[in-house]
Amino acid sequence: AAVPSQVVPGADPSARQLCFAWGPAEVLVCETLFGSRGGFLSRGDSGSGWRLLPGALTGCVAGTGEGGPSSSRLFVVRRDQDIYIQTLRKLFNESHGIFIGLQRSEEELAGKSRKAQLVQVSKNYRSVIRACMEDMHQAAISTRDPALHSQYSTQVSILSAMELIWNLCEILFVEAAAAGPLLLRLLDWVRLHVCDVDNMVREVLSSENPSKHELFWNVVDIFVLQGRMDEARHLLSKEASANPTSVNMYKILDDLMKKMPVPSLGNTQTLTEMELKWQHWHEECQRYLQDGTFASNSHMESICKILLGDEDAILEKKELMTTWYHFLVTRLLYSHPTVKPMELRMDLFLGGESGPEPLDTILMAAFEFEMHQVIKECSIALSNWWFVAHLTDLLDHCKLLQSHNLYFGSNMREFLLLEYASGLFSHHSLWQLGVDYFDHCPEYGRVYLELHIERIPLNTEQKALKVLRICEQRQMHEQVRSICKIMAMKALRNNRLGSALSWSIRAKDAAFATLISDRFLKDYCERGCFSDLDLIDNLGPSMLLSDRLTFLGKYREFHRLYGEKRFSEAAKLLLMLMTAHIAPCSFWMTLLTDALPLLEQKEVIFSAEQTYELMRCLEDLTAGKSDKQKLQDDDVETMKVEMLRLALARNLARVIVKEGTLEGS
Amino acid sequence: AMEDVCAKFVSQKISKARWRPLPVAALQPPDVFATGSWDNEDNRISIWSVGDLGSVGLNGEYQGEPQLLCDIRHNGDVMDMQFLDQERIVVASSTGAVTVFRHHQNNQTLSANQRWEKAHYHVDQDTSCGGAACTGVICNNPEIVTVGEDGRINLFRADQKDAVRTIDNADSSTLHAVTFLRTTEILTVNSIGQLKIWDLRQQRNEPSQIFSLTGDRVPLHCVDRHPNQQHIVATGGQDGMLSIWDIRQGTMPVSLLNAHEAEMWEVHFHPSSPDHLFTCSEDGSLWHWDTSTDISEKPSFLHQGGRSTTYLSHNTINQSVVSAWLSNDPTKDRMEITNLIPNQTLSVNTLDILGPCLVYGTDAEAIYVNRQLLA
Repeated sequence: AAVPSQVVPGADPSARQLCFAWGPAEVLVCETLFGSRGGFLSRGDSGSGWRLLPGALTGCVAGTGEGGPSSSRLFVVRRDQDIYIQTLRKLFNESHGIFIGLQRSEEELAGKSRKAQLVQVSKNYRSVIRACMEDMHQAAISTRDPALHSQYSTQVSILSAMELIWNLCEILFVEAAAAGPLLLRLLDWVRLHVCDVDNMVREVLSSENPSKHELFWNVVDIFVLQGRMDEARHLLSKEASANPTSVNMYKILDDLMKKMPVPSLGNTQTLTEMELKWQHWHEECQRYLQDGTFASNSHMESICKILLGDEDAILEKKELMTTWYHFLVTRLLYSHPTVKPMELRMDLFLGGESGPEPLDTILMAAFEFEMHQVIKECSIALSNWWFVAHLTDLLDHCKLLQSHNLYFGSNMREFLLLEYASGLFSHHSLWQLGVDYFDHCPEYGRVYLELHIERIPLNTEQKALKVLRICEQRQMHEQVRSICKIMAMKALRNNRLGSALSWSIRAKDAAFATLISDRFLKDYCERGCFSDLDLIDNLGPSMLLSDRLTFLGKYREFHRLYGEKRFSEAAKLLLMLMTAHIAPCSFWMTLLTDALPLLEQKEVIFSAEQTYELMRCLEDLTAGKSDKQKLQDDDVETMKVEMLRLALARNLARVIVKEGTLEGS
Repeated sequence: AMEDVCAKFVSQKISKARWRPLPVAALQPPDVFATGSWDNEDNRISIWSVGDLGSVGLNGEYQGEPQLLCDIRHNGDVMDMQFLDQERIVVASSTGAVTVFRHHQNNQTLSANQRWEKAHYHVDQDTSCGGAACTGVICNNPEIVTVGEDGRINLFRADQKDAVRTIDNADSSTLHAVTFLRTTEILTVNSIGQLKIWDLRQQRNEPSQIFSLTGDRVPLHCVDRHPNQQHIVATGGQDGMLSIWDIRQGTMPVSLLNAHEAEMWEVHFHPSSPDHLFTCSEDGSLWHWDTSTDISEKPSFLHQGGRSTTYLSHNTINQSVVSAWLSNDPTKDRMEITNLIPNQTLSVNTLDILGPCLVYGTDAEAIYVNRQLLA
């Protein structure tokens, strides 16, 4: 099986069949009424359903209804458990910056400088992991809650394993150290990560007389096994001065250790030179061992054997190395220091009776240059997508993963980034980080972002603005419209017509602007005055968004002109609202009624022509209605029409007289 | 310089950061600031101290890094935050509540001192009340003014249970920020590009003056007033534009300066060196606007950092009072603008500047302190 089965804690597929439903970041699992007998889900052969679950998916259970066997339970299985660990948020946020930097980095940089850049990125990632580990360690020390303490300690060891794996991948894949430097890097790697013996070293070194300490030789051995020759020699010199009788023996060993050829980091010597020197030195060690120079001191004899790469001698010091990979590196150091990357796999040995731990499997896969295996094993072993997503992305930038396409079309890098980012989006706060990851997934990133962004709860306008900005920057018009609509609806429900209108203006949503304008007009008809004048008076160019909005703005302008006693301008605008069909027909009666006081001013305001037009508007309005409708119209309406006709007729009479007089004079 | 900046990742998105005000005649730079978080299940108000610069603590940690003194849970997103005095902080919440927290410096704890639970609320069609986010708060001890998404303006007095004054429906759109113009007058900015002056002595529920952006009525998000010349006001908009207004004349901004590429969340004049102004934005940048430099003396600055240092020409109209912000004198008609964050990613939501010290907080869950910015 590609992925071993995972059993959700508390759920028992052997007792009941389970069913599940996929969410964007979570899986809902529930127990069904069916027993296991007829089912295909059992612990033994993991059901097909479970096989679908990604490896890093770890159960986070919100079981409902504890108790009897008949109680059915619902489980929420989160895709990425570690997303919810508070201290790790530092890791997610800081690495986000590094990730963005890497995507923006210059691909054009050639050869060495590009490699140096990528190694630096890798180191930055590792330093974030280490910083996080420090924080977690501090948290573990400072807490008094034993449960929390063990939780933090577990996290520290997980982070430490992550850093160990990453560092090895950095040496083997990112830096791709060549024969010679490779071994030096591996030694650094071992020194950095095998910390179990550090306490012993510290204890001996800080004691009053280290050479008298019972663990003295252990510490010397540790230094030799880690290739820390200078430190080993320094310690030995103390012992030598305390034993004048065997000073010659010390001197010879010291000399051998001093002369041990070391691969150079620069290009100062060729591999052949190095191998020649090594051969020579090796023979010298061999000679001293054979002529019994160290026979009187078993400690020194065993060191000499180690220098010769004697496997048994090295294995004797197993406890001082604590891990198999320390042994591997030490053996290489003293038997094959110019090991080439591809020879590493042949040097692997599979010792131990018990099966390898996941960490061992991962490291071995790395030593065998099985990059995809490393990533796969990590996905299974770690409870987060962070690690594999970032590592894979880095390896992809090293151009190491190109050929590997997954059966569903996207490549592994993208698949893992999508998983990680989806996890971020399931978090109430970290979703913002996810956006940039989706941006750098060319195949499906956009679709994922569209699906996820719509699920972000918009509890304040400020948050809505932030989500909106993300969508606008990416020309996600559909989402922009939907966010603005949601916000406009909310505002409308809260009777905040002004806010509602500004949201629909932002989305250029004409239909909704019309709806809101109608609300304003309805309010006006009911109350006889406008609300939210500060907004309506300042619509500006946004007035053109919808016809109804234009009408609202213009109608309000009519009222302002009327209020300012600029009657003829007001009359002209009022007429224009009808003749240019800006006003909806349902509003004409109101407009005509608004004309009444203008018709009855002492001074004649409407010209004859304008009066005729008003009359036509009134007749159009009444003629448009069927007889049945007319019957239904109440008396008030009929009276209004009569009053209007009367007023219009009177105005016409006055204006004919006036215009006639003017022409005559 | 960037190397003077200390960063700390705090595992919560920071919406507000404020220096604790200094006692009168203090000679020391500020060393304590407060932050508020947003969009967390569990939001917090935290008090931080920045110890002596450059000295190394007992555990070998660099003391320049902010150390958490104490924190307390806060219900809802922290929308705005202001120190009322040395000990009390007024916090605006997305739930509509306004809370005064007290920082007990003797035992380093925080406690809620006073709360106006439903300072801002909506009355929806079913006339049930739901909280509306309180978007802005400004203090002039003992007075506290708050504004919100409900378009409401409240005037509170610390230690007084009920609001002294409330203007319901003061604005038909969302009020985004508020600041004091004078002791009895306030300035508000809203989501349809308006800047309004309100005289709290007047009983009229209407602004005494309305200023407005022309054209597209871009929402304004932040406002600050020049500390010495009260007629000069700076606002920041949704399009990242910085507007300078002279409220003695006109109804439009005196100058519009192209700045950020997304929402400008905060704008602050330096309280004691108002030739300097700071703005931060959703686009992840923080800009330092400096009008104190005489360009003719140091013309070589231009080539320093491509986009990060540029000079913009003022688009001003004739001014009678000589101020760097309003001047159109051709020799001084330029300003130096520096982006203080080179590798920007997520939004810089907040900044505060006091003395030589700058603090800012981001959606990338980090707070940054620069203690030698204007040294």
